[in-house]
Amino acid sequence: MPLLEVDDVVVQFGGVTAVDHASFVAEAGRVTGLIGPNGAGKTTCFNVITGLQKPNRGRVRFDRRDITRLSVPRRSRRGMARTFQRLEAFGSLSVRENVRVARDIHRGIAGLVRPASADVDGLLERVGIAAYAGERADSIPTGTARLLELARCLACDPQLLLLDEPSSGLDEQETDAFGLLLAELAAEGRAIVMVEHDMDLVMSVCDEIHVLDFGRVIASDAPGAIRANPDVQRAYLGYSDVDEELAEQTREILL
Amino acid sequence: MSTIISFTILGLFTGAAYAIAASGLVLTYTTTRVFNIAHGAFGMVMAFTFWDFSQRQGMPTWLALVLVLGVVAPGTGWLVQRFITRGLGEGPVSVSLVVTVGLFVGLIGLAQYIWPPEPRTVPPFLPDKGVQIGDTYVTAHQIITIALSAVVAGLLYLLLNRTRIGTAMRASVDNPVLLRLFGGNPDRVASLSWAIGISLAALAGILLTPVIGLSYFDLTLLVINAYAAAMLGRLSSLPLTFVGAMGLGILQSFAVAYLPTEGFLSGLRAVVPALFLFVVIILMPQAQLRIGQVKGIVSAPLPSMTRSAVCGAALLGVVAVLATAMSDANLLLVGTAATYAMVMLSLVLLTGYGGHVSLAQFTFAGVGALAYAKLDEPNLYGLVMSALIAAAVGALVALPVLRLTGLYLALSTLAFGVLMDKLVFQADFAFGFNGTLHAERLSLLGTSISSISGYVIVMATFFVLMALGLLVLRRGVLGRLLIAMRDSPAACGTLGLDLRWFRVGLFGVSAGMAGLAGALFAGLRGTIGAADFQLFNSLPLLLLAVVFGVTSVSGAALGGIGLMLLPVLQSSRPELAGLVFAVLGFGAVALGRDPNGLANLLFGLGRRLDRRFGDVVRRAVPLLPLPADRADTSTHGEVPLMEDLQQPLKEVGVHAAARG
Amino acid sequence: MSVPILEVVDLHAAYGRIEVLRGVDLRVPKGAVMALLGPNGAGKSTLVKVISGQKGATSGDIHLGGVHVQDTSPEELARLGLCTIPEGRSVFPNLSVEENLTLMSYAGVATEAVLDTAYSYFPRLHQRRHQLAGTMSGGEQQMLAMSRALASDPALLLLDELSMGLAPLIVDELYDTVAQIAESGVSILCIEQFARTALRVSDYAAVMTGGRIVATGEPAEVMDTMSDVILGGAA
Repeated sequence: MPLLEVDDVVVQFGGVTAVDHASFVAEAGRVTGLIGPNGAGKTTCFNVITGLQKPNRGRVRFDRRDITRLSVPRRSRRGMARTFQRLEAFGSLSVRENVRVARDIHRGIAGLVRPASADVDGLLERVGIAAYAGERADSIPTGTARLLELARCLACDPQLLLLDEPSSGLDEQETDAFGLLLAELAAEGRAIVMVEHDMDLVMSVCDEIHVLDFGRVIASDAPGAIRANPDVQRAYLGYSDVDEELAEQTREILL
Repeated sequence: MSTIISFTILGLFTGAAYAIAASGLVLTYTTTRVFNIAHGAFGMVMAFTFWDFSQRQGMPTWLALVLVLGVVAPGTGWLVQRFITRGLGEGPVSVSLVVTVGLFVGLIGLAQYIWPPEPRTVPPFLPDKGVQIGDTYVTAHQIITIALSAVVAGLLYLLLNRTRIGTAMRASVDNPVLLRLFGGNPDRVASLSWAIGISLAALAGILLTPVIGLSYFDLTLLVINAYAAAMLGRLSSLPLTFVGAMGLGILQSFAVAYLPTEGFLSGLRAVVPALFLFVVIILMPQAQLRIGQVKGIVSAPLPSMTRSAVCGAALLGVVAVLATAMSDANLLLVGTAATYAMVMLSLVLLTGYGGHVSLAQFTFAGVGALAYAKLDEPNLYGLVMSALIAAAVGALVALPVLRLTGLYLALSTLAFGVLMDKLVFQADFAFGFNGTLHAERLSLLGTSISSISGYVIVMATFFVLMALGLLVLRRGVLGRLLIAMRDSPAACGTLGLDLRWFRVGLFGVSAGMAGLAGALFAGLRGTIGAADFQLFNSLPLLLLAVVFGVTSVSGAALGGIGLMLLPVLQSSRPELAGLVFAVLGFGAVALGRDPNGLANLLFGLGRRLDRRFGDVVRRAVPLLPLPADRADTSTHGEVPLMEDLQQPLKEVGVHAAARG
Repeated sequence: MSVPILEVVDLHAAYGRIEVLRGVDLRVPKGAVMALLGPNGAGKSTLVKVISGQKGATSGDIHLGGVHVQDTSPEELARLGLCTIPEGRSVFPNLSVEENLTLMSYAGVATEAVLDTAYSYFPRLHQRRHQLAGTMSGGEQQMLAMSRALASDPALLLLDELSMGLAPLIVDELYDTVAQIAESGVSILCIEQFARTALRVSDYAAVMTGGRIVATGEPAEVMDTMSDVILGGAA
């Protein structure tokens, strides 16, 4: 039984269908990639899963329960956390305080009585931003802020982690370290869903990939199979009469 | 039967005037996202201007009308948009609320200054004309008003749907940035809508004056009726706004006709618009958590705990010295200042830390005072109970609007204030109509504090304790949460924080603090009445809090003293009474964009001067650094002050831009 | 060589302390179509925002048709002949099609002319002229947006991610329109995630990454040498 099931979700903004009968799943202990061209509806899917966007139809099931009607914080307390493509760090708090807030929220009333900070630093260490602990969150580089959002999520110890373009802004070395961290987090039994544009990262860490194209899931498969899927290439290259030579060339680089 | 007809016509008449006012409010709000709380106040000032032109200067009515509606009002609207409210719509709601509350208070002050109180009348249009319908006589003025509302509706429809600039007005609601890329100018659109909006406020004011009289406050409160009507159209639909206005007018007229003139229900007649507003707000749909909201207010720096404790002790010392030296009358003022300062502390929590605006903070103090007097337990238990009752009432106010944020929450406090003012506080079970209640002074641990000097020291102690408590809270878990909520509600939500209940809690605690202040105030004065806690006093309170710095405890202390001095100043120079309010209002307009206020500016100035001249001064005058320092302040004060004022603004702008 | 229609010299821009444009140099010759390629986060959209006057630069110069245009407001630039079609649907969703078209006349063309041009190019818009723009399909909305480029006869057209969220077939149609506009002599700078689609209509291509232009040239050579940069992140 998968931890997260998105079932036949439709989201319309006026006449534009952002998500078009999309269905996919994510399982515990695995990294699931959600890829597709810009504007394919990936972030909208995240918003539907976390409750920030009401779907026009369809269901979201989490841990075998239908959560389609639950409020944002309730879903979160069932064990899901997300990062944002457009950063939502608490800008006027320090990096450490950002994670502390998440921890306090997670612990609820108990957090008021005995605030702890030791494992907060541990989390910063783990995602590799301990050096920034004292800085204001709105003054750190984008890549670091994305890792901060990840640390903030981890402070809530979620079963499901939704990461929206987590590696953009990271350099090559940082991206490699990030990949290792993802594998580790999945090995702890968490389900990770990641929207990502860095194909090297996606291909190396994901166990399964769903490809979204103008709101529809056009392929769901293991990385190898996705790599060979002509529909996927077409979606990415964006033209119907595939120029074979160019396609070959881009396939090598892209996938 | 004839009563129904005559009251319906009366209702249609007032409804028509509300509709004219409300459509102006909706127009300015939708095109610029600035909710103009001073809308009614503009109508009031314009009605006075019309009186001035037509009655005092003796112009023909038509000329005065053309001048006011065609020149003065649109010109004022244009100037206000150009120099005061421009760009506010993109900032936090709390800032635009404070700025327009500043206009509200400032305009009342201005009117009182220019047109000192004296009886004035404005005759209705065509006073001796009218039509007999059955048993009912309909005056020409009523017919003209109803017809004008239809004309306004028609013209607005044509403007918005049949002209390019009108289309651009609607476009700038959607996306002002895109309008600029099209080559349109959103500023011109905004100026036009403010010009029209203020003209409509003026027209409504002028039409209502013959009926409700030329009064500073009644016409200003017209804005509540306009809100109520506009809220039915969710502040965006003009047709629904007209429906709301007519419905409200008729409802109000029927309330006057059919509700009993005695007893509790009689009070209902005065609060129909407020009740209507409350009901509509409660029926509003849930506000969605949004990603990428405006954020990035720069907070005042937090003092260290030791420093705060030392400051608190010093303050207590000063009060203790004052208590032995001052006359009872002056001590009463010190106690009053302490009360105001405590109420301001509650605003520091709610507005400064939490980012929510309450327009009725004194009403909560009134609840505390009422509870204290009624409980008749002049001890710590009674005090705590009063605070708890006020807190419960505060939570109750926030509860129905649990699902709403910002503007609507603030407006519901306004409606609440009106309800309490006119319905509850004046009721027999409370203070009674124009009545007062007696309250005993507090006794602590069995010792009664009967002397006024002792009591003032107790009050100051409570202020210091409350302030220190607030600082501890700000440094702790809750303080961080509050900042986090202000910075990104969406992130808080997805991390599992239920913002709605948190907000209710915040309102409750803040109301409880105000209630405690009210209870102590009741003990200080001995007799208290509804007049001590009027809604109108809450607005200068908010403004002074913002002027002195609503993000800091020291701002609250200074603000408390300032608010206490206001009436003292006014009674010493009665002719300047209005001017004081005008200065305060427009001061808040100027400072409203920086919620850290004067307190922060003063501290910043001190630090800066110390850095720049401190060493030189200390070397030159080693024994007397203080007076020399002050001399510097007066000579070099202006330049850094300006810089300091603009710095936070820039940062706000940058963050807003970075977020998209 | 004649004066380029757009010349950007050592342009820097930042959000807060984070610098996004780090010395951009770019020339678009008069009458040419230039594709601007590069991975997400390279600063392409920021460049469009700075050129169109929506965002201030920290340093550097922009010349439009040989005229220095720093600190000129977007609406003035629009009236001077710069047509910017920003990312996402650049129409007013709550206005009807015809009202959207009416507003396009702010760029300095008579309303009648705008309506004529738009309806003759896209008859579908004529059928839907009383419909709210936001209720049309994504492709139709983008047609409406492109009508502005067609009708206002701009000196320079800035296109940002025209294809965002659209089916390939519709994207192809839209690029046919771009090609037609180019034929009429309009200079175009277009940002596109689908490199191939954009290059089909371009005379030149520039590659941007890390806030700088790292290569410019003929489409084929840029594609040959830079495809790893273009596709590495963009895909």
